[in-house]
Amino acid sequence: MPVSAADLEKAIRDTLPVTHLQVVDESSGCGDNYSVLIVSEAFEGKTTLARHRMVNDLLRVQISQIHAFTQKTLTPKQYDAQK
Amino acid sequence: MFRTAFRPSLTSLARTAPTAALQSTSAAVLRRLLSTETRSQIQKAVESSPLVLFMKGTPSLPECGFSRAVVQVLDLHGVPAEKMKTFNVLVDSELRSGIKEFSEWPTIPQLYVNSEFVGGCDIVLGMHQSGELEDLLVKNNIIEAELEPAVQAASA
Repeated sequence: MPVSAADLEKAIRDTLPVTHLQVVDESSGCGDNYSVLIVSEAFEGKTTLARHRMVNDLLRVQISQIHAFTQKTLTPKQYDAQK
Repeated sequence: MFRTAFRPSLTSLARTAPTAALQSTSAAVLRRLLSTETRSQIQKAVESSPLVLFMKGTPSLPECGFSRAVVQVLDLHGVPAEKMKTFNVLVDSELRSGIKEFSEWPTIPQLYVNSEFVGGCDIVLGMHQSGELEDLLVKNNIIEAELEPAVQAASA
């Protein structure tokens, strides 16, 4: 069963307090390739590797069903600084 | 320089699943616990070179955009062939599923430096952009520090 952007979004929101979340389907609709941007205070004080592990962990089931998954994990401070 | 990179066939790892044609069994393989033997084989692979990249395809013929991106970044930094080894997970389905469990990381490529897991494509590209990758490679004696004149001398 294909994984939808809404599935990913729900799984992320259920686990992490996010201030900004963007899930982009880059597969042209087949649900195989997603890119997500997560902005959460839960990432504060964590290395990128630790942040990605958190996300990989909470999306374990979904990631195993899709071909490609790209993530960007920022704290609210980092996100504001980028703007 | 990547063309000459050592590309071991990992025949010992391929014992139970010698060809990519057997990938239909990977769902079952994924759920299986990593055997002690596979784990120690992967550990050996991880330790086989200062820099080890598990990827899809080979440096001269990457078979996935994410693997290609990491290879290009390493090339950009001038990682010498004798300090790196790549393993093509597409020719070895046991390695392909095993490395995910070993690293507790769900995707390929995966980069190791001196047996330490660095990350996948997103992390490597991010570290490249921030300059952390160069620092890491220099610190681990994989490349030499750029001999640019120190603009900001440590005089303060």
